[in-house]
Amino acid sequence: MSRHIWDFHGGIHPPENKKQSSETSIRNPGIPDRLVVPVQQHIGSPGKPCVEVGQGVLKGQKIAEANGFVSLPVHAPTSGIVEAIDLHPVQHPSGMDALCVVIKPDGKDEWIEHSGRSDYNSLEKKAALNLIRDAGIAGMGGAGFPSVVKLGVKPDQKIKTLILNAVECEPYITADDRLMRERADEIVQGLQIIAWLIDAKETLIGIEDNKPHAIEAMRRATVDTAIEVVTVPTKYPSGGEKQLIYMLTGKEVRSGGIPADVGVVCHNTGTAYAIKRAIIDGEPLISRVTTLTGDCVADKGNYEVLIGTPVGWLLQQAGVKSTDLHRLVMGGPMMGFAMHNMTVPVVKTTNCLLVPTQQEFPDPAPEQPCIRCGSCAQACPVNLLPQQLYWFSKTKEFDKAAHYNLADCIECGACSYVCPSNIPLVQYYRFAKGEIRTQQQEQRKADHARQRFEARQARLEREEQEKERKRQERAKAAAAKQAEKKAAPAAKPAPSTAAGSGAENHGQTDLTKLQTAAASTMKRYKEAQKALLQAEKNESDNLEALRKKVGQLKDKADNAKAAFIDAKSAESKEPPALSSIKDDPLADLKKASADDFAAFKQAEQDLAEAEAQGSSEIDTLKQRVTELKARSDASKAAMKAARAKEKEQIQQKNAASDPVKTAKMEVAKQQVLLKKATKALQAAKDSDGGETEALEAKLKEAENLLEAAENTLKRIEKEHA
Amino acid sequence: MDILFDNITALGSLTAIALGFGALLGFAAVKFKVEGNPIVDQIDALLPQTQCGQCGHPGCRPYAESVAEGEEINKCVPGGDDTIHALADLLGRDFVPLDEEHGATPESKMVAVIREDECIGCTKCIQACPMDAILGAAKQMHTVISDECTGCDLCVEPCPVDCIDMVPVTVTLQTWHWTAPKGIGSRPGELIPVRNIA
Repeated sequence: MSRHIWDFHGGIHPPENKKQSSETSIRNPGIPDRLVVPVQQHIGSPGKPCVEVGQGVLKGQKIAEANGFVSLPVHAPTSGIVEAIDLHPVQHPSGMDALCVVIKPDGKDEWIEHSGRSDYNSLEKKAALNLIRDAGIAGMGGAGFPSVVKLGVKPDQKIKTLILNAVECEPYITADDRLMRERADEIVQGLQIIAWLIDAKETLIGIEDNKPHAIEAMRRATVDTAIEVVTVPTKYPSGGEKQLIYMLTGKEVRSGGIPADVGVVCHNTGTAYAIKRAIIDGEPLISRVTTLTGDCVADKGNYEVLIGTPVGWLLQQAGVKSTDLHRLVMGGPMMGFAMHNMTVPVVKTTNCLLVPTQQEFPDPAPEQPCIRCGSCAQACPVNLLPQQLYWFSKTKEFDKAAHYNLADCIECGACSYVCPSNIPLVQYYRFAKGEIRTQQQEQRKADHARQRFEARQARLEREEQEKERKRQERAKAAAAKQAEKKAAPAAKPAPSTAAGSGAENHGQTDLTKLQTAAASTMKRYKEAQKALLQAEKNESDNLEALRKKVGQLKDKADNAKAAFIDAKSAESKEPPALSSIKDDPLADLKKASADDFAAFKQAEQDLAEAEAQGSSEIDTLKQRVTELKARSDASKAAMKAARAKEKEQIQQKNAASDPVKTAKMEVAKQQVLLKKATKALQAAKDSDGGETEALEAKLKEAENLLEAAENTLKRIEKEHA
Repeated sequence: MDILFDNITALGSLTAIALGFGALLGFAAVKFKVEGNPIVDQIDALLPQTQCGQCGHPGCRPYAESVAEGEEINKCVPGGDDTIHALADLLGRDFVPLDEEHGATPESKMVAVIREDECIGCTKCIQACPMDAILGAAKQMHTVISDECTGCDLCVEPCPVDCIDMVPVTVTLQTWHWTAPKGIGSRPGELIPVRNIA
């Protein structure tokens, strides 16, 4: 049964140049004297170093933690001492430095304690995913996307097909080829783990037909499994994820979409191998197979290199003389980039180091004008219009380039390869993509800035309004105060009238004012009297004047006192004084009665004094005394009534609260009444009065009542028992 | 008589139709009324939102408003030629080079940095920052939140001790991208060696 293979548009057939490196087995170059491990070797946020300088680390020990969802940890490739954590040149086309952990190996290559799970089926899938994350596995085909993110299938996504990308279509590279030839069983184990994780219905291995040995090895390894090995015709770039999916399933992943959208997940051979090592052997990703090729390399072939091994050291091991070195390409000839620094480390995504001679890779020819031949459009595997994209990128019309789906360009380099004018088309696209990304970032930043600015404006306005409101409030308060000040002197001159009118609020203060006025005039009068007496004793000359003064003061004092008394009586007569009794009527009544009594006594005293001094106001005072006496009596009576009422209320309350007690009390009361009635009857009988009959009837009634009360008591007691 | 009647019918029906459509238009004018001038929003969206005031307006939106009313489109210094092109496209006007009187476009984006040991904590820069991008309190050291800074320059002037520097934003691994090839006649040089495969 042969599977139908769809053919994608375009593509090229460059010289393969794979034989140079594919015929020798994977070698181990050893441990370099320094390992430079970048904390970011994947797409996403860099890891966070979790070791200190000078700290000893074991092989496989975590040296940087994952920092976010799309992030991965990094592990020590061998045992040794952390020499530094600082910036070093890394595997980046910009040639810029990035944070690296530098380890000086101790040569013992001592593993940290680790254990694998051959029975991974018994693990929870989440736990298995965490193991893969903790092993720091990133896609090893070149992009370096954290594998765990790809494997964490959302519940609403149904994955039908799992594809192992073993195409390796780029010239020169043979790392996956060699890996399949030598470790096919382990790759298949890894693939089975992935299939189990994502519940794939079918599992395919896509291999180009230029690797017969690898195809054979994989067929042998999958002979008892449901995994199908599919050979695809050799054509660059059939190893592109979307191209391979189309070739094997006929499904196209839409622009901007991911393979999971069409129910497919694609993983690289190296990734499957790393997942097997992580789950079954418990080993994190600390080494990878890298192809060392190019005519400068004496020992071309594949090497299992520790992550962090400096490229220069590795090339020395492979027999590259630094004098021969013309250029150094990291990655394949189609998609790789030139490196300038030999201290750059090998990382998780380094699948090839290409060191060609000048003859092999002569300097590229100068760029010439586009002749609009259209070859690029025929070569493009994504059905784009490379020529249009070139014009737009060159003239910086990025919005138009984006409109022509520049984002879908996989940067495979097929268009550049076929261009007769030597136009570095992919460079233009990469530049345009970068510019578009920058513009998008700037746009986002501008929108953010606008929000912040508007928020600030709103805040300033709010603060201004708040200030204004407070200012107005203060102004209002000040105006009110001013008005009060003005009103106060106007109210002062007529205290007696105010007291007479009996304004409720001012009544009390006016009363006190009058009292103090009366007291002070009285004092002055007394003093004047004393002075007069003194003068009389000394026989002073101004006796007459003094006498006159004393007389005046006496009148004044009398007036003041009368005014005070008037005011007081007027106030106490006013109903509000009584109606204010609310909270505790009895206490208020008591107070009122006491006040009235005191007033009455005061009036009496005043009367006595007036009589003693022979004042002219004796009559009025007498009248007042009688009035006050009447008032005092009345309030006393009111108080008594209130007290009686209160008692009754308390009784009622008690009755409500304890019926048994009340009933008992009722019985006792009836008993007393009965006794009284009996006594009265006895007394009547003794005195032989005429009313015995009436008394007897009364006694009978009392007896009945007592009986009734006792019955009630019994009933209530029963109820409460 | 018939002709007169016909005329009246025609006139009547036309009037009725006119009134009907008039009412519809009137209703639509009320119902679908657009608040403000939508073109201002579009212009504002193209401006870089540094709120630097170099155009002579107190912020980007005021400039957008006056551009909508016919002011020249070449006064935005931080936006540079890109913004002028975008505005010209939007408004259907011709491209005019940047008005140099408002300042020259800086080589790269700038960000304010406070030399913190010299800061006296006067809060003047905080009040000047249109982005609320400066953190600090009276008599406390201030610092610029560089992610929020738009490089508008407005904080430099008020500083009484001149401890604010405008420094160019450095390219990081995250912001780096490929540069454009030099064009016709140049060799791709360091670029992808695609063409070399023999």
